[in-house]
Amino acid sequence: MTKKKKQSAPTRRGFLKQSALTAMSIALGTKVVFANYLPADMLPIALTDATDFFDLKGKHPDLIVLNDRPINAETPPHLLDDALTPNELFFVRNNGIPPKNIDTKTWTLTIEGESARQSKSYTLADLKAKFASYSYDITLECGGNGRKEFNPPAKGNQWNLGAVGCATWTGVRLKDVLQDVGIKSDAVYIGYYGKDTHLSGDAKKVVISRGVPIEKALEEESLIAWEMNGQAIPMLNGYPLRLIFGGYPASASGKWLHKIVIRNKVHDGPKMTGQAYRVPCKPVAPGAKVAEKDMCIIEAMPVKSLITFPKSGATIKLNQTLPIRGHAWAGAKQVTEMHYSIDFGSTWQPCTINAPKNRFAWQHFTANVRFPETGYYEVWARATDSDNIAQPMLLPGWNPKGYLNNACHRIAVKVV
Amino acid sequence: MKNNISLLLTSVYLVFGICLLAFCYVLFGNVVSGWFDFSSVPSKTAIQRTKTTPKSEQVVDGIHLETGLVYAEGFDIVRGTCTACHSAKLVTQNRASREGWKQMLTWMQATQGLWELGEQEPIILDYLATHYAPEAIGRRANIDMKEVEWYILNLEEE
Repeated sequence: MTKKKKQSAPTRRGFLKQSALTAMSIALGTKVVFANYLPADMLPIALTDATDFFDLKGKHPDLIVLNDRPINAETPPHLLDDALTPNELFFVRNNGIPPKNIDTKTWTLTIEGESARQSKSYTLADLKAKFASYSYDITLECGGNGRKEFNPPAKGNQWNLGAVGCATWTGVRLKDVLQDVGIKSDAVYIGYYGKDTHLSGDAKKVVISRGVPIEKALEEESLIAWEMNGQAIPMLNGYPLRLIFGGYPASASGKWLHKIVIRNKVHDGPKMTGQAYRVPCKPVAPGAKVAEKDMCIIEAMPVKSLITFPKSGATIKLNQTLPIRGHAWAGAKQVTEMHYSIDFGSTWQPCTINAPKNRFAWQHFTANVRFPETGYYEVWARATDSDNIAQPMLLPGWNPKGYLNNACHRIAVKVV
Repeated sequence: MKNNISLLLTSVYLVFGICLLAFCYVLFGNVVSGWFDFSSVPSKTAIQRTKTTPKSEQVVDGIHLETGLVYAEGFDIVRGTCTACHSAKLVTQNRASREGWKQMLTWMQATQGLWELGEQEPIILDYLATHYAPEAIGRRANIDMKEVEWYILNLEEE
């Protein structure tokens, strides 16, 4: 009888990695220095199946892809013209790789944490059966939307204008679920965990785990959602379950949600701490170095607006009136006034702006613009919120990570 | 009989060998041929690649098409290191001073699993600081006239 040797089977990934490194070494004519420090599961992207990482399925081909691993894509402003942003046009901001082979029958949401009275799990069917469901129109905007304009530049995805959208989200109130579990009196924060995986391939590494203060979690519009505009949430936007918090940086609204922790202190998951999603507590000069202790968590997005019609670059005749329209939003506040300027901010004319469908929904504005003579113009839009705070014409306060740029949107128009 | 068996075995080995080679080619063919094309270390004057180069590996106007990276000294190492984890787009869309890029490497080493770069670090930093340096745009840049696509908007005349 032959002696059986106990041996662990070489994994496909391990084989690929070794081969990849050999190929790289041959190609570079040099050894990949410190190759042995490559994390165990890491593969050069050139040797991976690209579709593993870059799958924009269900998304409009005209989205602007800033990054394909992880996927980050924004919507050109003229494609945000709908009252509610269609699912295929909603921006994507991923920090890791979305989960695969999702089975909605076995998907669970677990609530636990030091300030939870118990640990309790729900299937999707449990959530739908046990709690009343609600729908709200809620605007989500990436905290770094507009980062591209900061000077000195901030690192990260260079979002321009379109990391924002407003959809009808349907789900159960987070507060109903938290109260079913039981919230201890010392609760101050909630944190989420999703099923996305880290880019490095390290299964133990949490991609992102942010959250909100308990008061925010208990608001009526704070949802655990499974539906977006009446359809299942697109894979890239968090299918099958995600959090929705209006008025906060969208990163608070965790995707592929499978765990919520009720904390007795400010949640300290990845991207809650350090400089992530924080701005200087006090204003600083452009380019200043700011210590971590002097950085504060962003809790409200500022007043902002977008012109969604016409697309920048319109050429019209002098005897024509240009209709403009778009959306405006103001975190947890309301937009009370909307203006436009065609003379680089020297004079401002009012737009018509309607009331939001509900708190945290964006508002729609329109105006009819006449031009005094032929030439090059820019139409600038400026929203003012219920505290009489308006969008700045230049960049707002510089911050190291390039968040919260709410400078006026500008489009170019030629009159001939 | 014995001869027949050894002939059979040889054929089996041959077929297996061919299959293995084919498998390897499918897996790595493009990549390896791509890498082999790099036999000359790129210099600051970008080399126009020949027709045999796969389209994605071509360099046009000093830009490597597949990655979008500037094809210059340090390209190979930057590509090999940065795109191991993330898209080259994360490099090409960012701008920073040498110090700023150094801070990004340090952050990736501290939190994102980037390994020690050793003697490759100055090569990477030189490349990034040279080709992806910030521009002075003041408090706000003009609307980028190169990006505007002019079109006739059809409206009713009054």
